[in-house]
Amino acid sequence: MVSIDIQGASVDFPIFDAKTRSLKKAVLGKAGGRIGTDSKVPIIEALRDISLSLRKGDRVALVGHNGAGKSTLLRLMSGIYEPTRGRARIIGKVAPVFDLAVGMDPEISGLENILIRGLFLGMTRKEMDARVDDIAAFTELGDYLDMPLRTYSTGMRVRLALGVVTSVDPEILLLDEGIGAVDAEFLAKARDRLKELVERSGMLVFASHSDEFLADLCSTAIWMEHGTIREHGPLREVLHHYKGRDVLAEIEAR
Amino acid sequence: MPPPLPDEPGPRSWSRAFGDLRQGWKQRPLWGYLGWQDIKQRYRRSVLGPLWISVTMAVVATAMGILYGALFGEDIATFLPYVATGLLIWYFINGCILEGSEVFIANEGLIRFLPAPLSLHIYRLVWRQSLFFVHNLVVWAVLILIFPQPLGWSLLLAIPAFALLVLNGAWISVLTGIIATRFRDIPPIIASLSQLLFFMTPIVWQYETLLRNPAVAERARIAELNPVMHFVEILRQPMLGQEIAWRHWYIAGAITVVGIGAALVCLRNYRSRVAYWV
Repeated sequence: MVSIDIQGASVDFPIFDAKTRSLKKAVLGKAGGRIGTDSKVPIIEALRDISLSLRKGDRVALVGHNGAGKSTLLRLMSGIYEPTRGRARIIGKVAPVFDLAVGMDPEISGLENILIRGLFLGMTRKEMDARVDDIAAFTELGDYLDMPLRTYSTGMRVRLALGVVTSVDPEILLLDEGIGAVDAEFLAKARDRLKELVERSGMLVFASHSDEFLADLCSTAIWMEHGTIREHGPLREVLHHYKGRDVLAEIEAR
Repeated sequence: MPPPLPDEPGPRSWSRAFGDLRQGWKQRPLWGYLGWQDIKQRYRRSVLGPLWISVTMAVVATAMGILYGALFGEDIATFLPYVATGLLIWYFINGCILEGSEVFIANEGLIRFLPAPLSLHIYRLVWRQSLFFVHNLVVWAVLILIFPQPLGWSLLLAIPAFALLVLNGAWISVLTGIIATRFRDIPPIIASLSQLLFFMTPIVWQYETLLRNPAVAERARIAELNPVMHFVEILRQPMLGQEIAWRHWYIAGAITVVGIGAALVCLRNYRSRVAYWV
């Protein structure tokens, strides 16, 4: 059963500056007692008291201002961060598309990068070998796939990453914004593929500032504000409250 | 309202710690591939490729063997294989310790952006060091051919000895890796200690030779306190056909047990914090 259950979860980041992040301070600090506030590590509360429950078939839009906690919530859902307080249970094969450069080696070819990314997403070598042609066709990169990744443009990298992620049949697909660097034609293609994927396999959580993209792919929405969930409900309502106008109606009217 | 999750094990639980190790092990194809890639990467576009590892090792071992052999007045035919074998083992141990302390810091991007078990990075590191070891092993084999040593059935002991070394490489990477991610002074401390450790370990000098010299015998005994010495001895003795001194095995075994225990406790308590610290 594909599901994400998060209960009362908080994510606190300790911010170690150069002074607190050393052993010297920890050792000396013990001997000298507390010195005002700087003996304690400052903490950023990125997420506070998050509770939600997502099931198979959910297609959730994450909206909110910069720094509202969208990306952190996505990483909590992917299992990268385990909550500092509260509980999180993620069941299902997670495929995150966060930072496209990460996990990609610029010195090796596109094909090898496809393989590595696939293995990271829990595929076996055999499964990846079977999919490589499909991914190559989808990315439309042709002979470029034999070139080292450093010769790729940003858009080409996005194609590669999306190609892999959409081909590995993930059960939980987590997309962070920033996949806008591709041309319109490919975007339409990716959209269709994502739609297909979501219908086939399970769950999508998508953080984006593009209302059109969200309207196309999502049915519900979570509005994040200052690290908490401000509203969780149908896409239309949440977007309406967030933007102060009925965005979906505007898109439909076009 | 989401259903409560009282049965879900917390971030600091044994089940999650062992789950991490198990899951990482399952991803053998991934770290197996990445480990190879790391090595190929280093010598990409060079003509000799990974063969450079063996060549470098051969040059260093020969130079050191000749230099220190002359200094200590040793016979090259026995001393050169002795230095080479010691270096071979030292490179593995040193690689695990040095890279172990940076294992999570170096993989910051992967840890923060791709969900994967922490142990994946440990397996990859130990695997990579083992591959280096195999490349260097060629030098040992060549030297044994040139300067035959009294090898016997005890050579088989090299296998469990190397297995012990691998286990220790793994636990020390877990332990120093986690601590160093939190306290960034650890890697430079370890780097400077490793220089010292090299000369404290009988690699370019022979423990027995020093013991026979009454002027330094007292000081030479300090080497017994150096844990690395015991690990070097358990593998070097069978590889050179020397008589096996079992006390090294007992000490190495005890260190392994204690080390694995400490690493597991550390993994249980701080595994989930590493993503926050990197």
